[in-house]
Amino acid sequence: MADTAVQRVEGAGISGQRGFLRKTFVHNLPAKIAALPMIATVLIVFVGCTLWTIYYSFTNSKLLPTGKFVGFDQYERLFGTSRWNVSVTNLISYGAMSLVFTLVLGFLLAVLMDQKIRFESAFRTIMLYPFALSFIVTGLVWQWIMNPTLGLQTTIRNLGWTGFSFDWIANPRMVLFALLIAGLWQGVGFCMVLMLAGLRGVDDEIWKAARVDGIPTWRTYVSIVLPMMRGVLVTAVVLIGSGIVRLYDLVVALTNGGPGISSEVPAKYVYNYMFSGGNIGQGLAAASMMLLTVVIIMIPWAYLEFGGKGRQS
Amino acid sequence: MSQTATMAGSAPDTSVGVEPRGPRPKPFFTPTKIIIYSVLVFFTLYFLFPLYVMVVTSFKTMPEIRFGNIFAFPNQINFDAWIKAWTSACTGLTCEGLSPGFWNSVKITIPSTIVSIFIAAVNGYALINWRFKGSELFFAILIFGSFIPYQVFLYPLVMITREMGIFGTLQAVIIVHTIFGMPILTLLFRNYFGSLPQELFKAARVDGAGFWRIFFEIMLPMSLPIFVVALILQVTGIWNDFLFGVVFAGTKNLPMTVQLNNIVNSAQGTPEYNVNMAATVLTGLVPLIIYFVSGKLFVRGVAAGAVKG
Repeated sequence: MADTAVQRVEGAGISGQRGFLRKTFVHNLPAKIAALPMIATVLIVFVGCTLWTIYYSFTNSKLLPTGKFVGFDQYERLFGTSRWNVSVTNLISYGAMSLVFTLVLGFLLAVLMDQKIRFESAFRTIMLYPFALSFIVTGLVWQWIMNPTLGLQTTIRNLGWTGFSFDWIANPRMVLFALLIAGLWQGVGFCMVLMLAGLRGVDDEIWKAARVDGIPTWRTYVSIVLPMMRGVLVTAVVLIGSGIVRLYDLVVALTNGGPGISSEVPAKYVYNYMFSGGNIGQGLAAASMMLLTVVIIMIPWAYLEFGGKGRQS
Repeated sequence: MSQTATMAGSAPDTSVGVEPRGPRPKPFFTPTKIIIYSVLVFFTLYFLFPLYVMVVTSFKTMPEIRFGNIFAFPNQINFDAWIKAWTSACTGLTCEGLSPGFWNSVKITIPSTIVSIFIAAVNGYALINWRFKGSELFFAILIFGSFIPYQVFLYPLVMITREMGIFGTLQAVIIVHTIFGMPILTLLFRNYFGSLPQELFKAARVDGAGFWRIFFEIMLPMSLPIFVVALILQVTGIWNDFLFGVVFAGTKNLPMTVQLNNIVNSAQGTPEYNVNMAATVLTGLVPLIIYFVSGKLFVRGVAAGAVKG
């Protein structure tokens, strides 16, 4: 709209080479100057830095990114390192659990909130406040609650249930569930808010029709409303998913990767190799693998969101 | 819902074959309601429990904590842990408490918020009202880039800031926050400016106003609500950041979250859980206050990321 209006204001008589140059550089000049920070961010950071990282992940850089090209050596070493493999397995297990539980609990709570209940805004305020807190605060609070010597475990034992056990952060087999409890505490409220917005967006007529047909309420939610909320669901999955791949602060605060290496995650691997391990090539290869993961997650989403638009209408 | 509700409230009025019209008066305590409220209250307890434990622990003395009951209310409200957390708890090398971290976070948050919001507002405005060749492509890459893990950009950005001579200073953190706040904020402003009536822009254009004049005199006065949303989003986001602070700020400017983590996780000697929890509450206080004061605007802010243009 604005474009055509502006074009009419600019001289229409210019043509050929000069017109092309003018169109590319001079036309709309203040807007282009104003958008320079954005253009620079896109070109230098989002494109430039990504390519740089990918390129240098194929070198044997140690303390400085000056190494020579070594092909897939870093990647071979990466997948030969038990710490990386543990990190990846952890991310997959934690990610799957976190995604499923966040979505299911978020949806369940949203449905409950949608039953014309009293104190709705109080419930919502309480469910969403952890989302305002940092992962560091979240991790440290739960670290204290799950403290095996003075936390919840001891409290319950002192109350008389002497066999009670809740030592998850010190137990390599349970530590991911400890992360999950803290992660859900922080993120479920947000998912609930998204889902509730989705539920409220469903037309009342649908509900009336379902009621007339005598479909039970739960069935209406599962078979009619849920499929109608596809957009919100996809958004929730993408947001939760990209958050999971980034998982870092929470692990640092809650367990710092321990006990041993049993709660390590890829983002922490990257950080440690780049900034304290002095092995940049290895860190960059790990970072590139994280990038690849996100791209694999994003492609179906981008396809659904932008590519398939013609079909859905 | 109606199934069970009917069962519970059925006794008085189902003898007649014809359904009465209008909504059925429902008793408050139907089994369904009881289940709904019990589940909600259960989750409310799960969400409130850590806040309660955090606050209660921070007011206790260490002997009380060693007694081993995290539910118990403190015998008397004791501010010693708070004072120690603020002034003298050890964060690795120094023992000055959290207060330097608090001021570092203030020094990082204020300029980062202002710069990032201003740049994003201009971006959104240019993207809607002054489209140029490739502007939509830049925007698409910007949005896609916001999903790429930060770890991919960390090392190159360290090198760039080192080349610029600002690595390990406040400027570096501010630039990094501006860069990574840009996608979501630009989206926010672009959608908002897109929802404004275009006639205003065109009228100003016909009257001969230029890019900046329209921005400052027409667009800005109309966009106070979205600025508040962006403000909430950025202040909480930047305050809560850990990764950029620890990488780019340098040891003198470490933000509060990093100092907090150092107090708790790299402490020497016996851990003082009351000090730890007081420090944790202190760090969470700023976003919590913003959250409780801003109410629905916060919800709008976090949901903004979900509403893709």
